[in-house]
Amino acid sequence: MEPLSNKRKVVDNKPLNFLERAYLPAILQGLAITMKHFFRKPVTISYPEEKREFSENFRGMHSLKRDEDGRERCTACGLCALSCPAEAITMIAAERQPGEENLYREEKYAAVYEINMLRCIFCGLCEEACPKEAIYLDGDIVPSDYLRKDFIYGKDKLVEPPLNQ
Amino acid sequence: MELADIIVKFVLVFIIFAISLVIAMYSTYAERKVAAFFQDRIGPNRAGPWGILQPLADGGKMFLKEEIIPTNASGFLFIVGPSLAIMTACIGSAVIPWGQKLTIGSHVIDLQVADINVGILYVFGVVSLGVYGVMIGGWASNNKYSLLGAIRAASQNISYEISMGLSIIALLLITGTLSLREIAEQQHGWHWNVLYQPVGFILFLVCAFAETNRTPFDLPECETELVGGYHTEYSSMKLGFYLFAEYINMFISSAVMVTLYWGGYNYPGMDWMAAHAGPTLAPLIGVGIMFFKIFLFIFFFMWVRWTIPRFRYDQLMDLGWKILIPIAIANIVVTGIVITLINR
Amino acid sequence: MNTFYFIAFLSIFFSILVISAKNPVHSILYLILTFFTFTIHYILLNAQFLAIVNFIVYMGAILVLFLYTLMLMNLNKESEPVKANFIKIAAVIGGGCFLVTVVASIKALGASPAVILKDPNLGLVKNLGKVLFNEYLLPFEVSSILLLSAMVGAILLATKDPKTV
Repeated sequence: MEPLSNKRKVVDNKPLNFLERAYLPAILQGLAITMKHFFRKPVTISYPEEKREFSENFRGMHSLKRDEDGRERCTACGLCALSCPAEAITMIAAERQPGEENLYREEKYAAVYEINMLRCIFCGLCEEACPKEAIYLDGDIVPSDYLRKDFIYGKDKLVEPPLNQ
Repeated sequence: MELADIIVKFVLVFIIFAISLVIAMYSTYAERKVAAFFQDRIGPNRAGPWGILQPLADGGKMFLKEEIIPTNASGFLFIVGPSLAIMTACIGSAVIPWGQKLTIGSHVIDLQVADINVGILYVFGVVSLGVYGVMIGGWASNNKYSLLGAIRAASQNISYEISMGLSIIALLLITGTLSLREIAEQQHGWHWNVLYQPVGFILFLVCAFAETNRTPFDLPECETELVGGYHTEYSSMKLGFYLFAEYINMFISSAVMVTLYWGGYNYPGMDWMAAHAGPTLAPLIGVGIMFFKIFLFIFFFMWVRWTIPRFRYDQLMDLGWKILIPIAIANIVVTGIVITLINR
Repeated sequence: MNTFYFIAFLSIFFSILVISAKNPVHSILYLILTFFTFTIHYILLNAQFLAIVNFIVYMGAILVLFLYTLMLMNLNKESEPVKANFIKIAAVIGGGCFLVTVVASIKALGASPAVILKDPNLGLVKNLGKVLFNEYLLPFEVSSILLLSAMVGAILLATKDPKTV
C-alpha cells in the first residue's frame, strides 16, 4: 500500500557499532533533553487553590434558579426527572399557600428536590427539558465526599441563594 | 586511646549515622521533587511548606502499615533480609574521610571513623556483601518473582563488581595506596583523580549504578516483569528498609566516588582558605564542599533515573562483560604504560 | 587471646551447623558466617589484606554464586537421594583415615616457625606485595597461569561448538 503520509520509517536491524553499544552518546543526548525540561515552567495547576477556566458550555453542578423577584422558578412539573437518562432526579410537589407568593413563582412548587450526584451523568437534558428555565448546570465541579448519602443533594445545596443576601 | 578520643569517635559515628539516615530520608523527597521537575510538574507540596515534611509522612505511613509475613515464607530469614540490606548499606560510611583534621581549641579531631590502610577494599567488600540482603529476602519470600529478582540482583552485582574492581585498580596504579585518607590528601587543591582517570571514573560510575540497583540497572525490582522484584512480598517498615537501603547505598557510593575521583573535600583555593579562615572553619568548609559534591552526584543518580529506560537483561550482561571489562583492562594497561614512561 | 578462642569457637560452631543444617540454603548461610569468622581470624593476625580479600572473594563472590545456584536448583528434602548405609560407613572410615593422616602429618612436621611474630606488619598490603613479587614471584605467576587456564576452560565450555549448532 502506498503510504498516505511521509511518516513511515523502515526499521533496519543492522547491528550497533561500538559507540552505540557503549550507549554513552545516546545517554548524554537524553540527559540534555531531560535537563531542558528541568528548567521549564511546571504545567501543574494546584487544583483547589487554582482553577483552570471552564469552557463556556461546561456542565457542572446543578442550580435551581430564582426569578428577578427572588422567587423559585421551579414548578415541580417533573419534566427534568422524566428526561433524566440516569434517573437521578426525584421531587415531591406541594401547593403554594397564600402568603408564600414572594417565595414561589407558580402555584405549585417543589417541596423536596433531590439530585443523586453519583447517578448524574451531567448530560444537561434536564436543562433542556425545563419549561421554566429553572435548572441550569452552571455550577462548579461536584466535590468528593465519603458517604453515599452525602451525594444526594437537596434543595439546601441546589437552590440559588436569595437575591437580597 | 584516651577516653576523650573514644567519646569523640562515638559522637562522630553517631553524627555520620544520623546524617546518612536523614539524607536517605530526604533523598526520597528529592527523588519525587526532581522527578516532578523533569516532567514539568511540581511534586509533593502539601505536607509542610514545599512539602518538606513529606518524608516524615511517608515514614509514619510505613510504620503504621500492617506487617505481613507470608505463611510459607522462611520466617527468620524473611526478617534477616531487610536488616542485612540496611546494615551493609550503613557500615560502608566507616572509612570515608569527610574532611581534613578539624582543630577545635587544642583538640584535633579526625573526621573519619576508621583510617584502615585497605580502605578501598573495605568499601568494595561491603558493596559485595550488600547483595546478600536482597538475595536472602528474595529467597525467603517463597515467591517466584522475588526469587527471580534475587537471582538477577546476584548475577548483576557479581558481573559489575569485576569491572568496578578493575576500574579501581587503574586508579590505585596512580595513587599507590589503598587508604582513602591518603587518596583524598593526594588530590589537594585541584589535582582531582578524574583528570587523570576519566575512563576509570566513567566505568566506576556505571558500575555504581549497577551495584546500587538504580535505573537503568534496576532489574532486580523491575515492576513490569517481576511485580516488585525481590520485595514483592514485603510490606510495612521491612519494605521501607529495602527502599531506605537503596538510598543510603546511593549516598555512600556518591561519597566514595567523590573521594576517589572528584577530590573529596579538596577544592581549588583551599590553601588560601586555610590561611584565612583558621584551623576550625577551613576543614568545615571542606566538609561542606564534600557534601555539595555528594549532593550533585545524588542529583545525577536521579537525573539518570528519569532519563534512561531500563536495560534489557541480555543488554545488561553484554554491557558488563563485553564492553566494560575490556575497557577496564585496556585502561589498566594504558595507565600502567603511561606511568612507566613518566617514571623512567 | 580470649577473642581468639571466642572466634575459634564460633568458626567451629558454624561449620558444624553447615553440615548439620537440613536446608541447603541454610547451610550456605552458615558457611557465609563461617567465612566471616575466618575474616576476623585474619584481622586478629594483623593480615588486613588477606582478611579483606577473603571477605570480598569468598563471602562476596564465591558464596553468592553458591547461593545463586542453590536457589535455582530449589533442593527439597523430598528430592534428596537416600544414601545407602554402606556408603555412610565408608564415608566415616574415609573421613577418619583422613583425620588421622592430617593429625599425624602435623605432628611429624611440628609447629611451623611463626612467620608473623618475626614481622608483625607482614600482612599489610605493601609488605605482602613486596614479598609476593620478590621472594615468591614464580609461584605467584604460576598460580596466575593456573587461574587463566581455568578461565579459558570455562569460556571454552560456555561457547557453542559452531559445527553442532
